[in-house]
Amino acid sequence: MTQRVRKTISINESLLFEQVPGNRSTCDFPPLDVPSGEMADYVPRELLRDDIPGFPELNEVEVVRHFTRLSTHNYHVDLGLYPLGSCTMKYNPKINEKLARIPAFAQAHPLQLHENTQGCLKVLQKLADLLVKITGMDGVTLQPLAGAHGELTGMMLIRAALTARGNPRKKVLIPDSAHGTNPASAVLCGYTTVTLKSNASGCIDLDELRRHLDPDVACLMMTVPNTLGVFEENIQEVARLVHANGSFLYMDGANFNAFIGVARPGDMGVDVMHLNLHKTFSTPHGGGGPGAGPVVVVKELVPFLPMPVVSTKTDGSLFLDYNRPQSIGRVAAFYGNFGILLRALAYILREGSDGLRQVAENAVLNANYIRHHLSRDFHLEYRQPTLHEVVFDDKNQADAGVHTMDMAKRLLDLGFHPPTVYFPLIVPGAIMIEPTESESRAELDAFIDTMRQIAQEARESPKLLQDAPQDIRSTRFDEALAARKPVLIWKETGQA
Amino acid sequence: MKYIPHSEAETRAMLESMGLSSVQDLFQCIPAALRLAADLPIPRGKSELELERYFYQLSRENDGVLEFTTFLGAGAYNHYVPAVIDGIISRSEFFTAYTPYQPEVSQGTLQAIFEYQTMVSQLTGMDVTNASMYDGATAVTEAVLLAQRARSSAKKVVVAGSLHPFYRQVMRTYVANFDLAVEEVPWDSTGRVDPVALAAAIDDATAAVVVQSPNFFGAVEDVAECARIAHARKALLVMAVTEAASLAAFKAPGELGADVVAGEGQSFGIPVSFGGPYLGIFSTRSEHLRRMPGRVVGMTEDTRGRRGFVLTLSTREQHIRREKATSNICTNQGLCALMASVYLAYTGKSGLRELCRQNLAKAHYAREQLCAVPGVLPRFSAPFFNEFVLTLPGDPHAFARFCKERQIVPGVPLKWFYPGLDQDMLFCVTEVNQRAEIDKLVAAVREFFARP
Amino acid sequence: MYSDDYLYTKEHEWVRVENGEATLGITHHAQEELGEIVFVELPEVGKVLAAGDTLGSVESVKAVSDVYAPVSGEVIAANDLLADKPELVNQEPHSGGWIARIRLSDKSELDGLMSADDYEAYLGEEKKH
Repeated sequence: MTQRVRKTISINESLLFEQVPGNRSTCDFPPLDVPSGEMADYVPRELLRDDIPGFPELNEVEVVRHFTRLSTHNYHVDLGLYPLGSCTMKYNPKINEKLARIPAFAQAHPLQLHENTQGCLKVLQKLADLLVKITGMDGVTLQPLAGAHGELTGMMLIRAALTARGNPRKKVLIPDSAHGTNPASAVLCGYTTVTLKSNASGCIDLDELRRHLDPDVACLMMTVPNTLGVFEENIQEVARLVHANGSFLYMDGANFNAFIGVARPGDMGVDVMHLNLHKTFSTPHGGGGPGAGPVVVVKELVPFLPMPVVSTKTDGSLFLDYNRPQSIGRVAAFYGNFGILLRALAYILREGSDGLRQVAENAVLNANYIRHHLSRDFHLEYRQPTLHEVVFDDKNQADAGVHTMDMAKRLLDLGFHPPTVYFPLIVPGAIMIEPTESESRAELDAFIDTMRQIAQEARESPKLLQDAPQDIRSTRFDEALAARKPVLIWKETGQA
Repeated sequence: MKYIPHSEAETRAMLESMGLSSVQDLFQCIPAALRLAADLPIPRGKSELELERYFYQLSRENDGVLEFTTFLGAGAYNHYVPAVIDGIISRSEFFTAYTPYQPEVSQGTLQAIFEYQTMVSQLTGMDVTNASMYDGATAVTEAVLLAQRARSSAKKVVVAGSLHPFYRQVMRTYVANFDLAVEEVPWDSTGRVDPVALAAAIDDATAAVVVQSPNFFGAVEDVAECARIAHARKALLVMAVTEAASLAAFKAPGELGADVVAGEGQSFGIPVSFGGPYLGIFSTRSEHLRRMPGRVVGMTEDTRGRRGFVLTLSTREQHIRREKATSNICTNQGLCALMASVYLAYTGKSGLRELCRQNLAKAHYAREQLCAVPGVLPRFSAPFFNEFVLTLPGDPHAFARFCKERQIVPGVPLKWFYPGLDQDMLFCVTEVNQRAEIDKLVAAVREFFARP
Repeated sequence: MYSDDYLYTKEHEWVRVENGEATLGITHHAQEELGEIVFVELPEVGKVLAAGDTLGSVESVKAVSDVYAPVSGEVIAANDLLADKPELVNQEPHSGGWIARIRLSDKSELDGLMSADDYEAYLGEEKKH
């Protein structure tokens, strides 16, 4: 079996700004082939700066070594299981990286003539078409640049549609299990939010919903399956109630990986849904972006989609269509994160109808396998069936003085990235595990064994957990220090 | 199925260990009426080779992207991207990592972001820079929202008409949902914002003045003067940037009185890639730190006293503050920020200065040569960096079509953005444009407009 | 732990009244719940607040909690020391970690606040839930 402790190279890599002085950049340019002058020959000297104080000056080898050494301090999916619940850390196929780097795509300027960028436009149109079919909706915008950006765009679409009906309304209902972005997005769209208390099974409480549905409610934002991994048992009734109130049903698509190819949001009564291409559709997380957050919608909302959209001319060629009189406008500088959209298209085409269903089936199988084999050691607050993730907590360990964070940090010592911790908020001390479909049984078994070892250590030697991590490059960081006296940039005179 | 490791036997064994007979048992929680009876109405999966053929075929339909000489800028710039960038960002350690929630195993990403924050601050001359935002347009819009938080009585923002038209559209889309008006002020004959109109537009309920420099026309603004006018009425001065390379040439915005610098960092080693992914830059003064949107990395120590980096000040953010958060943003453009870090570190101070000198030299050569063609006139007189507007003696669209035969993409006709500038075209010349290409463009202008 | 000279609120603030002026802060219990305090948002001196208005906020690494005005009146002082040493709220929540001082506009509002005994009973109740 693989040795699980993955110690990284123990080098405390200095900052770029602390490298040995006296270097000179090895970056060069061709000699100027036009009449040569100094900057002040072209623009008035008083506009120019003399220096960029502190700015690095290094040669290529130093730069490459610096960033390569830094890279060894990162955990990543290509190294092993990355079971962050709600984040869907699945494998990022290498072919997608290769395709996104095809020069005729990477070097296409967004303002190039349409006849010169038919390839790019086809990528966009093809992806749009597939996303609509996969979700069972009627239209899509590819413009939003991240999941939260998609949420905001979706809320704007609802607001625009309600305004067109005569009243934008005032409130958005959000279950207490929701991601924090949901209320933040609703507020950014000018709504106030009302929190719905979940019922005993962690789902939407129909009575609570009925109590809150009034003529001021613009929409209900729900995550399906919810952040516990539970499929909303009454989703059809929820949709019926919401629609009967003249409100829209917004689905946060963060967890679409759980049922892609198995069921379609369009059949459930969902009106708007954003998709996180960096979750369900395998585009890399990049250490925190770039992602992409397309929004699929039902017919009523199509006229309001951001402009431009890709349309087809009578001769069959594609163009960016700005003739969208009811559009909410533009939400990004250009047409979306094209390079990411292309990767998602590649993923969908590679998996196809047969593969996408198996994505969901195996994601759910893997999560339930972990759930089954860990449920004797860890407490499960909500016990109904779950799909692609499982939320344990630290109740079984709390008496020994061991908390979720301690177990998370111990996992680092034992060679795994921890699950999502302390979320969702409705489970105190939550440990939210999402293995995704990418993991083999051997990797799952290794994780299960490690978690059981931690449960045993919690009983027998809690201090091992409370002091973790000890076996990797860094021990726990003082986050209070960072927040009290924020040092956000390096300064020569400051702390170095 | 392509990226799923289980064999059928393995799947069966896993199910058995759980006391189940079929994977379908796990989906019983989805109402039967909602479960699809058939596969999705999309094609079946392709092999990797088929996939590659398909995308290369599509890429060939981008005819002209590689062959044509282009002078397009307007918010997306053709700069040389050194090979070292792809060498670094192709490392799995960077591109397959998540947001650095567990700092003990994310120091690579965290330190690189800290270095990014530092280098951008050095360029902007501001106290703090966040870990990056989606793109230039959304960064500028978030700057306006910051100003609104700083001045809670604000009812309006004053925006230069020479701010990128797409950025103004994004801003209007966002603020449509608030009680916040956007008033645009015109430019003068130099191409810069008209200072008299600017002063007249600002009132005591103005949250911010947004000025882009170099602006959409390429003109370098008198940012210090705009800041004075804004500050006289207690409005914040947001300086927008679309061509980040110019920051290495011109006086730092912080020195000129900007309160927020927001814009596009694509010039720092990120390919134009049909409009994204790009890099939103956001720098501000310390006093606005807690109003700043987005992620930020700070320095700290571990329990053994060793330096390290963590995501900090997260109480501003949505996962804690929910509906009271400073914005709904919960990621940055991590990998794009890393690209910028590698680009800036590799290019270095002297490289960036040379880059700026070459852009200035080539753009000025091009403008001089183009203006030597009879009938071609410079539209504006202000100093410029690598973009400029010319008034052509005829229809720019017809000229663009003519250029297609010559395998040239000349520039952006402005009529579509600015009705009234019907004969004007925005040209961009960078270090990647060779003299022979510039001369070819000049010859095309000469030939087309000499036609009867 | 909870002095009889102070009054307390359900939002876990304490109030000490002297000469018509109410000094206030967050209780020992509140700071313990929040953990290491990293930032205190102070009210502007001169601001007039109604009881229940948000007066400022207290932030720890993982949480943020609004501080509400327990009584109506004008803010006459804020504890500027907290700008540099927010940890005072952890160390001396009921003394050096005070947050603001308000000139009372309606003394009868004090009747609605809890005594030390009531507050401790209230804490006991909260714990049960």
